[in-house]
Amino acid sequence: MSALIPYIDEPHPVTGVTNAKLGLWLFLASEVMLFGALFSTLIILRSSATDWPAHGSDVLNVPLATLNTVFLITSSVTIVLSWAALKMKNLKKFKLNMGITILLSFGFLVIKYMEYSSKFHHEHFPSTSTFYAIYFTMTGLHGLHVIGGIITNLYLLGPGSKMWEKEPERFTGRVECAGLYWHFVDLVWIFLFPALYLL
Amino acid sequence: MGHGEMTVEEVKQHVKKYYVVFGALLCLTVVTVGISYLHLPIFQAVVLAMAVASMKGGLVAAYFMHLIDEKKIIYSMLILTVVLFAFCMLIPIFVLHGYK
Repeated sequence: MSALIPYIDEPHPVTGVTNAKLGLWLFLASEVMLFGALFSTLIILRSSATDWPAHGSDVLNVPLATLNTVFLITSSVTIVLSWAALKMKNLKKFKLNMGITILLSFGFLVIKYMEYSSKFHHEHFPSTSTFYAIYFTMTGLHGLHVIGGIITNLYLLGPGSKMWEKEPERFTGRVECAGLYWHFVDLVWIFLFPALYLL
Repeated sequence: MGHGEMTVEEVKQHVKKYYVVFGALLCLTVVTVGISYLHLPIFQAVVLAMAVASMKGGLVAAYFMHLIDEKKIIYSMLILTVVLFAFCMLIPIFVLHGYK
Protein backbone atom coordinates (compact mmCIF):
# COMPACT_ATOMS: atom_id res chain seq x y z
CA MET A 1 0.00 0.00 0.00
CA SER A 2 1.31 3.45 -0.85
CA ALA A 3 2.41 5.69 2.02
CA LEU A 4 0.83 8.72 0.36
CA ILE A 5 -2.68 7.71 -0.71
CA PRO A 6 -4.16 4.71 1.10
CA TYR A 7 -5.79 1.75 -0.62
CA ILE A 8 -4.74 2.44 -4.19
CA ASP A 9 -3.29 -1.03 -4.71
CA GLU A 10 -5.32 -3.09 -2.24
CA PRO A 11 -9.08 -3.08 -1.61
CA HIS A 12 -10.44 -0.72 1.04
CA PRO A 13 -11.88 -2.83 3.90
CA VAL A 14 -15.20 -0.96 3.80
CA THR A 15 -15.87 -0.72 0.03
CA GLY A 16 -14.06 -3.87 -1.09
CA VAL A 17 -12.48 -2.05 -4.03
CA THR A 18 -9.40 0.13 -4.35
CA ASN A 19 -9.85 3.88 -3.95
CA ALA A 20 -8.44 4.29 -7.45
CA LYS A 21 -11.17 2.11 -8.94
CA LEU A 22 -13.93 3.73 -6.89
CA GLY A 23 -12.71 7.15 -8.04
CA LEU A 24 -12.65 6.00 -11.65
CA TRP A 25 -16.24 4.71 -11.43
CA LEU A 26 -17.35 8.03 -9.90
CA PHE A 27 -15.70 9.80 -12.82
CA LEU A 28 -17.47 7.49 -15.29
CA ALA A 29 -20.79 8.21 -13.56
CA SER A 30 -20.25 11.93 -14.20
CA GLU A 31 -19.36 11.11 -17.81
CA VAL A 32 -22.64 9.21 -18.21
CA MET A 33 -24.47 12.39 -17.20
CA LEU A 34 -22.39 14.53 -19.58
CA PHE A 35 -23.19 12.37 -22.59
CA GLY A 36 -26.73 11.78 -21.27
CA ALA A 37 -27.37 15.53 -21.46
CA LEU A 38 -26.13 15.56 -25.06
CA PHE A 39 -28.27 12.56 -26.06
CA SER A 40 -31.25 14.29 -24.45
CA THR A 41 -30.42 17.39 -26.48
CA LEU A 42 -30.16 15.31 -29.65
CA ILE A 43 -33.68 13.92 -29.10
CA ILE A 44 -35.14 17.39 -28.51
CA LEU A 45 -33.39 18.91 -31.53
CA ARG A 46 -34.30 16.04 -33.82
CA SER A 47 -37.94 16.05 -32.75
CA SER A 48 -38.39 19.79 -33.17
CA ALA A 49 -36.04 20.63 -36.07
CA THR A 50 -37.69 21.54 -39.35
CA ASP A 51 -34.61 20.64 -41.40
CA TRP A 52 -33.15 17.20 -40.59
CA PRO A 53 -31.83 14.46 -42.91
CA ALA A 54 -34.35 11.62 -43.43
CA HIS A 55 -31.55 9.18 -42.54
CA GLY A 56 -28.09 9.89 -41.16
CA SER A 57 -26.73 7.72 -43.97
CA ASP A 58 -27.97 10.32 -46.50
CA VAL A 59 -25.31 12.78 -45.33
CA LEU A 60 -22.77 10.67 -43.37
CA ASN A 61 -20.42 7.88 -44.41
CA VAL A 62 -21.83 4.67 -42.90
CA PRO A 63 -19.13 2.23 -44.17
CA LEU A 64 -16.37 4.36 -42.59
CA ALA A 65 -18.31 4.70 -39.33
CA THR A 66 -18.93 0.92 -39.32
CA LEU A 67 -15.19 0.36 -39.71
CA ASN A 68 -14.63 2.74 -36.78
CA THR A 69 -17.12 0.71 -34.72
CA VAL A 70 -15.13 -2.44 -35.48
CA PHE A 71 -11.91 -0.62 -34.52
CA LEU A 72 -13.31 0.45 -31.15
CA ILE A 73 -14.86 -2.93 -30.35
CA THR A 74 -11.59 -4.69 -31.22
CA SER A 75 -9.60 -2.22 -29.12
CA SER A 76 -11.94 -2.92 -26.19
CA VAL A 77 -11.02 -6.60 -26.47
CA THR A 78 -7.28 -5.95 -26.76
CA ILE A 79 -7.20 -3.63 -23.74
CA VAL A 80 -8.98 -6.16 -21.54
CA LEU A 81 -6.56 -8.80 -22.87
CA SER A 82 -3.66 -6.55 -21.84
CA TRP A 83 -5.06 -6.50 -18.29
CA ALA A 84 -5.50 -10.30 -18.39
CA ALA A 85 -1.86 -10.64 -19.53
CA LEU A 86 -0.70 -8.73 -16.44
CA LYS A 87 -2.84 -10.99 -14.25
CA MET A 88 -0.90 -13.88 -15.82
CA LYS A 89 2.39 -12.03 -15.10
CA ASN A 90 3.13 -11.65 -18.82
CA LEU A 91 4.43 -8.14 -19.48
CA LYS A 92 5.36 -8.92 -23.10
CA LYS A 93 1.77 -9.91 -23.94
CA PHE A 94 0.52 -6.83 -22.11
CA LYS A 95 2.69 -4.62 -24.31
CA LEU A 96 1.55 -6.39 -27.49
CA ASN A 97 -2.15 -5.98 -26.66
CA MET A 98 -1.78 -2.41 -25.41
CA GLY A 99 0.18 -1.58 -28.58
CA ILE A 100 -2.63 -2.96 -30.76
CA THR A 101 -5.17 -0.98 -28.70
CA ILE A 102 -3.26 2.25 -29.36
CA LEU A 103 -2.89 1.47 -33.09
CA LEU A 104 -6.63 0.85 -33.39
CA SER A 105 -7.31 4.11 -31.51
CA PHE A 106 -5.16 6.01 -33.99
CA GLY A 107 -7.01 4.21 -36.79
CA PHE A 108 -10.27 5.53 -35.34
CA LEU A 109 -8.91 9.08 -35.30
CA VAL A 110 -7.58 8.84 -38.88
CA ILE A 111 -11.03 7.79 -40.11
CA LYS A 112 -12.65 10.57 -38.08
CA TYR A 113 -10.20 13.02 -39.67
CA MET A 114 -11.18 11.76 -43.13
CA GLU A 115 -14.87 12.19 -42.30
CA TYR A 116 -14.38 15.70 -40.92
CA SER A 117 -12.17 16.69 -43.89
CA SER A 118 -14.83 15.54 -46.31
CA LYS A 119 -17.48 17.52 -44.46
CA PHE A 120 -15.36 20.70 -44.38
CA HIS A 121 -14.46 20.23 -48.06
CA HIS A 122 -18.17 20.27 -48.88
CA GLU A 123 -18.57 23.30 -46.61
CA HIS A 124 -20.53 21.50 -43.94
CA PHE A 125 -19.70 23.15 -40.62
CA PRO A 126 -21.37 23.10 -37.18
CA SER A 127 -23.06 26.37 -38.16
CA THR A 128 -24.50 24.83 -41.37
CA SER A 129 -27.52 23.17 -39.75
CA THR A 130 -28.89 21.86 -36.46
CA PHE A 131 -27.95 18.35 -37.53
CA TYR A 132 -24.32 19.25 -38.18
CA ALA A 133 -24.18 21.28 -34.94
CA ILE A 134 -25.08 18.25 -32.81
CA TYR A 135 -23.08 15.87 -35.04
CA PHE A 136 -19.84 17.83 -34.62
CA THR A 137 -20.49 18.47 -30.90
CA MET A 138 -21.09 14.83 -30.01
CA THR A 139 -18.49 13.21 -32.26
CA GLY A 140 -15.99 15.96 -31.37
CA LEU A 141 -16.43 15.43 -27.64
CA HIS A 142 -16.17 11.69 -28.15
CA GLY A 143 -13.01 12.23 -30.23
CA LEU A 144 -11.48 14.25 -27.37
CA HIS A 145 -12.17 11.28 -25.07
CA VAL A 146 -10.40 9.00 -27.56
CA ILE A 147 -7.36 11.33 -27.53
CA GLY A 148 -7.39 11.30 -23.71
CA GLY A 149 -7.44 7.49 -23.75
CA ILE A 150 -4.55 7.34 -26.24
CA ILE A 151 -2.40 9.61 -24.05
CA THR A 152 -3.10 7.46 -20.97
CA ASN A 153 -2.49 4.20 -22.82
CA LEU A 154 0.73 5.50 -24.41
CA TYR A 155 1.98 6.40 -20.93
CA LEU A 156 1.12 2.94 -19.59
CA LEU A 157 2.84 1.27 -22.55
CA GLY A 158 5.94 3.46 -22.27
CA PRO A 159 7.34 5.12 -19.14
CA GLY A 160 4.43 4.03 -16.93
CA SER A 161 5.26 0.34 -17.41
CA LYS A 162 8.42 0.72 -15.32
CA MET A 163 6.13 0.47 -12.29
CA TRP A 164 5.61 -3.23 -13.13
CA GLU A 165 9.07 -4.10 -11.80
CA LYS A 166 8.56 -2.70 -8.28
CA GLU A 167 4.78 -2.46 -7.83
CA PRO A 168 3.07 -4.99 -10.16
CA GLU A 169 -0.28 -4.89 -8.32
CA ARG A 170 -0.47 -1.13 -8.50
CA PHE A 171 0.44 -1.15 -12.19
CA THR A 172 -2.21 -3.80 -12.91
CA GLY A 173 -4.73 -1.58 -11.10
CA ARG A 174 -3.77 1.36 -13.31
CA VAL A 175 -4.24 -0.71 -16.45
CA GLU A 176 -7.60 -1.89 -15.13
CA CYS A 177 -8.73 1.72 -14.60
CA ALA A 178 -7.46 2.77 -18.05
CA GLY A 179 -9.38 -0.20 -19.46
CA LEU A 180 -12.60 0.80 -17.71
CA TYR A 181 -12.29 4.29 -19.18
CA TRP A 182 -11.61 2.90 -22.65
CA HIS A 183 -14.64 0.58 -22.48
CA PHE A 184 -16.75 3.62 -21.60
CA VAL A 185 -15.44 5.41 -24.70
CA ASP A 186 -16.46 2.32 -26.70
CA LEU A 187 -19.89 2.27 -25.01
CA VAL A 188 -20.60 5.88 -25.97
CA TRP A 189 -19.72 5.14 -29.60
CA ILE A 190 -22.00 2.07 -29.59
CA PHE A 191 -24.95 4.45 -28.99
CA LEU A 192 -23.63 7.38 -31.04
CA PHE A 193 -23.20 5.27 -34.17
CA PRO A 194 -26.87 4.31 -34.69
CA ALA A 195 -28.19 7.61 -33.26
CA LEU A 196 -26.29 9.81 -35.72
CA TYR A 197 -25.40 7.61 -38.70
CA LEU A 198 -28.24 5.14 -39.04
CA LEU A 199 -31.47 6.79 -37.86
CA MET B 1 -13.18 -6.44 -11.34
CA GLY B 2 -14.51 -7.83 -8.16
CA HIS B 3 -11.74 -10.43 -8.18
CA GLY B 4 -8.46 -9.17 -6.78
CA GLU B 5 -6.56 -12.46 -6.58
CA MET B 6 -7.17 -14.75 -9.54
CA THR B 7 -5.45 -17.95 -10.59
CA VAL B 8 -4.00 -18.25 -14.10
CA GLU B 9 -6.75 -20.78 -14.93
CA GLU B 10 -9.45 -18.32 -13.86
CA VAL B 11 -7.92 -15.59 -16.02
CA LYS B 12 -7.82 -18.00 -18.99
CA GLN B 13 -11.54 -18.69 -18.49
CA HIS B 14 -12.18 -14.96 -18.60
CA VAL B 15 -10.13 -14.62 -21.80
CA LYS B 16 -12.30 -17.27 -23.49
CA LYS B 17 -15.39 -15.23 -22.58
CA TYR B 18 -13.83 -12.07 -24.03
CA TYR B 19 -13.47 -13.75 -27.44
CA VAL B 20 -17.08 -14.99 -27.36
CA VAL B 21 -18.34 -11.50 -26.47
CA PHE B 22 -16.14 -10.03 -29.22
CA GLY B 23 -17.82 -12.31 -31.77
CA ALA B 24 -21.26 -11.38 -30.45
CA LEU B 25 -20.46 -7.65 -30.67
CA LEU B 26 -19.33 -7.97 -34.30
CA CYS B 27 -22.51 -9.89 -35.18
CA LEU B 28 -24.67 -7.27 -33.46
CA THR B 29 -22.85 -4.51 -35.37
CA VAL B 30 -23.82 -6.23 -38.63
CA VAL B 31 -27.42 -6.44 -37.34
CA THR B 32 -27.38 -2.71 -36.44
CA VAL B 33 -26.25 -1.70 -39.92
CA GLY B 34 -28.60 -4.23 -41.56
CA ILE B 35 -31.62 -2.78 -39.74
CA SER B 36 -30.85 0.67 -41.13
CA TYR B 37 -31.16 -0.66 -44.70
CA LEU B 38 -34.71 -1.88 -44.00
CA HIS B 39 -35.85 1.78 -43.92
CA LEU B 40 -38.44 1.08 -41.24
CA PRO B 41 -40.79 3.79 -39.94
CA ILE B 42 -38.87 6.04 -37.55
CA PHE B 43 -40.45 4.73 -34.32
CA GLN B 44 -39.68 1.07 -35.09
CA ALA B 45 -36.22 2.00 -36.39
CA VAL B 46 -35.35 3.88 -33.18
CA VAL B 47 -36.68 1.13 -30.90
CA LEU B 48 -34.83 -1.62 -32.80
CA ALA B 49 -31.56 0.31 -33.14
CA MET B 50 -31.52 1.28 -29.48
CA ALA B 51 -32.46 -2.28 -28.41
CA VAL B 52 -29.48 -3.69 -30.32
CA ALA B 53 -27.20 -0.90 -29.04
CA SER B 54 -28.35 -1.66 -25.48
CA MET B 55 -27.51 -5.34 -25.97
CA LYS B 56 -24.04 -4.40 -27.20
CA GLY B 57 -23.57 -1.92 -24.36
CA GLY B 58 -24.76 -4.53 -21.87
CA LEU B 59 -22.20 -7.05 -23.12
CA VAL B 60 -19.36 -4.51 -22.89
CA ALA B 61 -20.39 -3.41 -19.40
CA ALA B 62 -21.04 -6.93 -18.09
CA TYR B 63 -17.98 -8.73 -19.44
CA PHE B 64 -15.30 -6.22 -20.43
CA MET B 65 -16.01 -3.89 -17.49
CA HIS B 66 -16.74 -6.93 -15.30
CA LEU B 67 -20.01 -5.54 -13.93
CA ILE B 68 -21.36 -9.08 -13.90
CA ASP B 69 -19.10 -9.73 -10.90
CA GLU B 70 -18.58 -6.43 -9.08
CA LYS B 71 -18.75 -5.11 -5.52
CA LYS B 72 -21.96 -3.70 -4.01
CA ILE B 73 -20.55 -0.19 -3.71
CA ILE B 74 -20.13 0.03 -7.50
CA TYR B 75 -23.67 -1.27 -8.11
CA SER B 76 -25.15 1.22 -5.62
CA MET B 77 -23.38 4.09 -7.34
CA LEU B 78 -24.46 2.92 -10.78
CA ILE B 79 -28.10 2.53 -9.75
CA LEU B 80 -28.15 6.21 -8.80
CA THR B 81 -26.48 7.05 -12.12
CA VAL B 82 -29.05 5.03 -14.06
CA VAL B 83 -31.94 6.79 -12.28
CA LEU B 84 -30.48 10.23 -13.04
CA PHE B 85 -29.73 9.19 -16.64
CA ALA B 86 -33.32 7.97 -17.06
CA PHE B 87 -34.55 11.33 -15.78
CA CYS B 88 -32.27 13.02 -18.30
CA MET B 89 -33.85 10.96 -21.08
CA LEU B 90 -37.33 11.93 -19.85
CA ILE B 91 -36.59 15.64 -20.23
CA PRO B 92 -37.27 15.58 -24.01
CA ILE B 93 -40.74 14.12 -23.33
CA PHE B 94 -41.53 16.94 -20.89
CA VAL B 95 -40.15 19.57 -23.25
CA LEU B 96 -41.82 18.26 -26.40
CA HIS B 97 -45.12 17.68 -24.59
CA GLY B 98 -44.97 21.28 -23.44
CA TYR B 99 -44.72 22.47 -27.02
CA LYS B 100 -48.04 20.84 -27.99
